[in-house]
Amino acid sequence: MKSSSFKRIALASLLACGGAAQAQISGDVVKIGIITDMSSVYADIDGAGGVEAIKMAIADMKGMVAGKKIEVLFADHQNKADVAASKAREWIDTQGLDLLIGGTNSGTNLAMAKIAAEKKRPFISIGAGTSRMTNEDCTPYTIHYAYDTVALANGTGAAVTKGGGKSWYFLTADYAFGASLQNDTSAVVTKSGGTVKGAVKHPLNASDFSSFLLQAQGSGAQILGLANAGGDTINAIKAANEFGITKTMKLAGLLMFINDIHSLGLKTTEGMYLTDSWYWNQTPEARAWSRRFFEKMKRMPSSLQAADYSATMHYLKAVEATKSDDADKVLAKMKDTPINDFYTKGTIRKEDGRGVHDMFLLQVKSLKESTEPWDYFKVVTRIPGDEAFTKLADSKCPAVKK
Amino acid sequence: MTDFFGIPLPALLGQLLLGLVNGSFYAMLSLGLAVIFGMLNIINFAHGALYMMGAFLAWMGLEYLGINYWAMLLLAPLVVGALGIVIERALLQWLYKLDHIYGLLLTFGITLVTEGIFRSFYGVSGQQYAVPEALQGATNLGFMILPNYRAWVVVASITVCIAVWALIEKTSLGATLRAGTENAKLVQAFGINVPRMITLTYAGGVALAAFAGVLAAPILQVSALMGSNLIIVVFAVVVIGGMGSILGSILTGLGLGVIEGLTKVFYPEASNTVVFVVMAIVLLVRPAGLFGKEK
Repeated sequence: MKSSSFKRIALASLLACGGAAQAQISGDVVKIGIITDMSSVYADIDGAGGVEAIKMAIADMKGMVAGKKIEVLFADHQNKADVAASKAREWIDTQGLDLLIGGTNSGTNLAMAKIAAEKKRPFISIGAGTSRMTNEDCTPYTIHYAYDTVALANGTGAAVTKGGGKSWYFLTADYAFGASLQNDTSAVVTKSGGTVKGAVKHPLNASDFSSFLLQAQGSGAQILGLANAGGDTINAIKAANEFGITKTMKLAGLLMFINDIHSLGLKTTEGMYLTDSWYWNQTPEARAWSRRFFEKMKRMPSSLQAADYSATMHYLKAVEATKSDDADKVLAKMKDTPINDFYTKGTIRKEDGRGVHDMFLLQVKSLKESTEPWDYFKVVTRIPGDEAFTKLADSKCPAVKK
Repeated sequence: MTDFFGIPLPALLGQLLLGLVNGSFYAMLSLGLAVIFGMLNIINFAHGALYMMGAFLAWMGLEYLGINYWAMLLLAPLVVGALGIVIERALLQWLYKLDHIYGLLLTFGITLVTEGIFRSFYGVSGQQYAVPEALQGATNLGFMILPNYRAWVVVASITVCIAVWALIEKTSLGATLRAGTENAKLVQAFGINVPRMITLTYAGGVALAAFAGVLAAPILQVSALMGSNLIIVVFAVVVIGGMGSILGSILTGLGLGVIEGLTKVFYPEASNTVVFVVMAIVLLVRPAGLFGKEK
């Protein structure tokens, strides 16, 4: 008896030593950095809440992975691509960053993806919408996790067109993301038997939309597609109600988050369709996590904040499994392992790094239907991942072999 | 239907009117800036933050205390004006003898702090403020549907602008004010309390900003960023009109609103920058601005 228990202890300590010797963590710490909009138009949908979600994932790992400490860094890119790029470069060069997470804004994310690929670090884009991320601008180090403009178009664009909204006019934010969203939605609308009557491009952060809306109304289209986001979408919807545009045209918010609905109120947004990857009230697990998030932030999480948690967790589990923070090993593991948590069930495509999972077409509830604060959506349809996202055959990513 | 460069005339009229609505905000804000610059020689960068504060006070009044729009239209400028007195007495009065840049930096700092506080409490998506009942609905003008509230904004702000202009240009109080800026020592020798006059001028200027904020609350989302979105344009208006020129800022404000409105029709992408293009051209031709006096 004695000798066998001694053997067992000896074996265990040998294994433990062996394990530690095998774990290859650079700098003896796993550093995760998020660069997002902390102060401007998109700060509510990701921002401090996104950082908190990542911290929650780290806390759920008890702060340790593969026997090493986990640290988090965060920075505000102020929606400037050059700021995002130089911060990413600084962290990788001087801080030994192991994982870069990109928050909102397509322009900043495209810039970060370039740096990450050049320096061979995993880059997970959460908040960027542009489908270029896994097409023309794909890299072996980029994972596009939560959603993209193609998925949004396949959700709202297809549903509204099939529901009778045959003619469209777009109100488009004048930068990479807006153009991407307009193009992808136009393609889906045309494919579903609709027509596009025109578009007006507005500068980012335009405070007054009445002028653009009158032009849209002059087009005679049935549907006004809002190819913008955040404060721009909010002010556009507000002005559309004020000018009675909503009496002649139906609004389709092509990218909206729960925070936008919260800010506008149900009276203004009732009945609108939107497409999202996740809604806090859709499953018991999602609700449970969201309540924890609410305790800390005093508001319910957006889909991006839930994705921040999920992506961090998925990465940390891959580090745990490979006992390494080597970019290529961890990325291979992440792409091999299905994602299965309260946020989503899905996979990360090996070829282009596209996170493929279900999307949801949601409709905003009326005041009467809403039973509690933040109870805003009805799930209309579930859009399976392989229908929502770009198919490999249509990918423009050079790494995809055809 | 008559066309004007490919745009139907009724649509164009609509755009001109909308430009006028935005222009009246520019006019009211730049008027406050011009008055403050004229009397105090301070480039008041905090103007946007105080405008935002006006809007927030209106929202808070309704949300927390149930005070309606009309009362807040009066109360918010008073509260912000009082705050202006504190700012002037505690901070600005020490800077008059220094270069403009000190005043600019100080007021810019005040802006950052104020916006930061509101942002951390209320986020950036903004708060919803309903149009007051009496002004709900819209009027069909034939060429466009004009929301009654927007019409009210134009009337209210032009009235206030004219009143302020008349106060400064046509009354004896205004004459004293103008004399005070020309030669403070001499005016003081007549037994007039110039420092107090200056304090009240600053309070009056920022009260105008708060008034504009309350007017804007039902149109825009009430958010911490609403001031900084506007302030750069408003500064351009002041420069184009001629620093310190009261009539200049009113007319340029309205005019630039209209020019911006037209740009939104003909080349929307440039609507955020057209004001600065105009500024560059004006400064090339008339370095002191359209209505400014060369010194």
